[in-house]
Amino acid sequence: MKRFEPLIEWALLLCALLSIGTTAGIILVLTIETFAFLREVPVTDFLFGTNWTPLFATPSFGVLPLVAGTVMVSAIAMAVALPMGLLSAVYLSEYAPLGVRRMVKPILEILAGVPTVVYGYFALLFVTPLLQQVLPGLAGFNALSPGIVMGIMILPLVSSLSEDAMQAVPRGLREGAYALGATKMQTSLRVVLPAAFSGITAACILAASRAIGETMIVAIAAGQQPRLTANPLVPIETMTAYIVQVSLGDTPQGTLEYRTIFAVGMLLFLGTFMLNLVSAWLRARFREEYS
Amino acid sequence: MTGTSLADGGVQRAIARRRFLDLAFQALALLILILALGSLIALITDVWRDGFSRLSWDFLTGFPSRRAANAGIWHALSGSMLVILVTGTLAVPIGVASAIYLEEYSRRNLMARIIEINITNLAAVPSIIYGLLGLGLFVRAMGMGRSVLAGASTLALLVLPVIILSTREALRAVPPSIREGSYALGATKWQTVWYQVLPIALPGILTGMILALSRAIGETAPLISIGALTFVAFAPDGLWSPFTVLPIQIFNWVSRPQVEFQANAAAGILVLLALLLTMNAAAIWLRDHYQKKLS
Amino acid sequence: MSDPATRLTALGALASRSSQHQHPPVDRPVKIHAESLNFSYGSTRALTDISIRIHPNVVTAFIGPSGCGKSTFLRTLNRMNDIIPGTRVEGKVLIDGTDIYGPGIDVVALRRRVGMVFQKSNPFPKSIFDNIAYGLRINGMAGTRSELAERVEESLRQAALWDEVKDRLQTSALAMSGGQQQRLCIARALAVRPDILLMDEPASALDPIATQRIEELVYDLKKTYTIVIVTHNMQQAARVSDFTAFFWLGRLVEYDRTDKMFTAPAEKVTEDYVTGRFG
Repeated sequence: MKRFEPLIEWALLLCALLSIGTTAGIILVLTIETFAFLREVPVTDFLFGTNWTPLFATPSFGVLPLVAGTVMVSAIAMAVALPMGLLSAVYLSEYAPLGVRRMVKPILEILAGVPTVVYGYFALLFVTPLLQQVLPGLAGFNALSPGIVMGIMILPLVSSLSEDAMQAVPRGLREGAYALGATKMQTSLRVVLPAAFSGITAACILAASRAIGETMIVAIAAGQQPRLTANPLVPIETMTAYIVQVSLGDTPQGTLEYRTIFAVGMLLFLGTFMLNLVSAWLRARFREEYS
Repeated sequence: MTGTSLADGGVQRAIARRRFLDLAFQALALLILILALGSLIALITDVWRDGFSRLSWDFLTGFPSRRAANAGIWHALSGSMLVILVTGTLAVPIGVASAIYLEEYSRRNLMARIIEINITNLAAVPSIIYGLLGLGLFVRAMGMGRSVLAGASTLALLVLPVIILSTREALRAVPPSIREGSYALGATKWQTVWYQVLPIALPGILTGMILALSRAIGETAPLISIGALTFVAFAPDGLWSPFTVLPIQIFNWVSRPQVEFQANAAAGILVLLALLLTMNAAAIWLRDHYQKKLS
Repeated sequence: MSDPATRLTALGALASRSSQHQHPPVDRPVKIHAESLNFSYGSTRALTDISIRIHPNVVTAFIGPSGCGKSTFLRTLNRMNDIIPGTRVEGKVLIDGTDIYGPGIDVVALRRRVGMVFQKSNPFPKSIFDNIAYGLRINGMAGTRSELAERVEESLRQAALWDEVKDRLQTSALAMSGGQQQRLCIARALAVRPDILLMDEPASALDPIATQRIEELVYDLKKTYTIVIVTHNMQQAARVSDFTAFFWLGRLVEYDRTDKMFTAPAEKVTEDYVTGRFG
């Protein structure tokens, strides 16, 4: 038995190193194909071009329309999830009686566990028709409806991570505020929220990263028309939806069209990676403050 | 109350105003929670209304068809179950082993720090990026093609961080005194981990495992980007077989303009949700059952 | 004379002539011999220059106020501190003449020979039988099924627990009372046939009756084993031990026969402590 101990430790370490391998694999695969892509398309054309028509006979590879579509849907999602998530976090952390917490938290967990393809169905066949009754100009595919549904999807993430941050604020701070005659709302908004600020910001950035990387809702309900617009009522296309669109077709390996999905994927990876790093850094700072 | 020596009229009005604001704030927060709850109910009733009438034995055991009314989901359902089985077989041992290394063996040095940061980061990488990795690595470079094995390998990498994080959590919950007791009897590290720590952490590990796999079973995007075909019309018959899964079949039906196919999608969603519900219930049962047994 | 400042001066004086009182004036065989042992956690020094000779088949008690290093020293005797990262040991601990910190020492084999019972009883969440059998199995001492059962019974008898549990060996150890759990942990340690038994405040969490049973057990076990017991309870030290060592601020201040330590200690600090003036 004792002879095997070092062997076991090495085997375990090997497994742990696989996660490093995963990251390396992602970077490697994306880099190789992206470089191959950039040999044919100048990087400035790719990053700053305003026309994305890679599948046309006269292709154009300006990624901005996809970026704009992604940012718009994510912004709508955050506009829904941020206020709702923060308010519900404040309520759950500072106000809600134990019974309500016990009931609400599992429901939020269920919301977070619903597969995204189901949210896509919901956006396309329930929310869009509903909104069309109020906004007659709303197209069947649009940015608004998937944005709202995505907001509902990431709400639990914002809410539960923010609540964790608020729970970590020491009781002494709250008691200090109450002793000065502050109401619950004043305590929550002026003492607890600022104290938990970096933790909450970390939660919101993580949620934004999730929204940017979300695929199925937009692939189903936002359309496949890359366009540079600020109008949320018309069909658009996001980076993730584009990758799905190409994957569904039969694009042969090694062609320029095939490589576009890796170039777009690279952009997506770098963007979310930055956000994740900032979020992790903020979380670490927050933990240091209160431990 | 008016005219008490404690506060004059101005202060009292300010207090009343604050009270009102406080109440209004609470009402708003409650409204939002109700809204969130309402959307969950709306989602479920909508899917139920659209799809319930399509649910039948024939639907569960049937295969795709050009006529919506004849279409079934057995090919996708069996594909999902096989893919998840293989995913679990690949990801659980590796994930648990990684967690054991990080929690029980690593010396909290630079390498351990790097592995930890890396895992946290991987947990937040968009799932479609894993799809591109699977496409480049498993499908192309390793020549697995668009097979069950390629799909399951991709999903295994995707859920690995989740399994590692939840297993570490479970290991951390085992009291250090148990480890000390074992070492004091002359047990080696591995004996301590294998005979004492793991059995105690097992319910926590299993719960995390089920939750990770239930995430994998709902994943669509990474399997689409590795090219899991949407028109596979048969149940997979092995690791190298082409396949499709429930979410992809649902996606396929949602994308059709005909209402009949959308009803199929809704019915497929009901099956998927039932599957998820069963898995989650199993996780909760496990947690409660073993908690009682231990205390 | 009992204010901290005076005591510190006294300690300074002690440090310079420490070896004087570090072993009792008796000519007995030596089981454990620590020589100028230093111990630190990271940059914090926890033990300074400990030298002591512990004799076989007697009970030696370590006393001293919290944080004085008595438990830390106990844990250096079976290298239990090894599992805490960032610890450092200098000096020697000889058991039967062999330095346990020397090269080529198998820590796992050492811990089988030097058993340990902890402050808080820590039975494994398994059956009573499996708790005892665990050490035998992992050390390859299980033998046949009946040999194993015999060894389990013997250990439980040695720990005076057999009559209470013989009808429920397969029930969970967690269902026992606190005192029984602690005696189970003693039985578990005895099962692997150690020759030294280290006990880290084994009765501190128990009620007086359970404590008494542990003390009687300690008295019986010293015929077979070398026992070192850490306690913060001076009456307990006086009742169960033959020799007593007094630790203070990470140093061994005085070590002598228990009767002498409690009636005529050589050091003023020791007297202050055993008479309850501080601690």
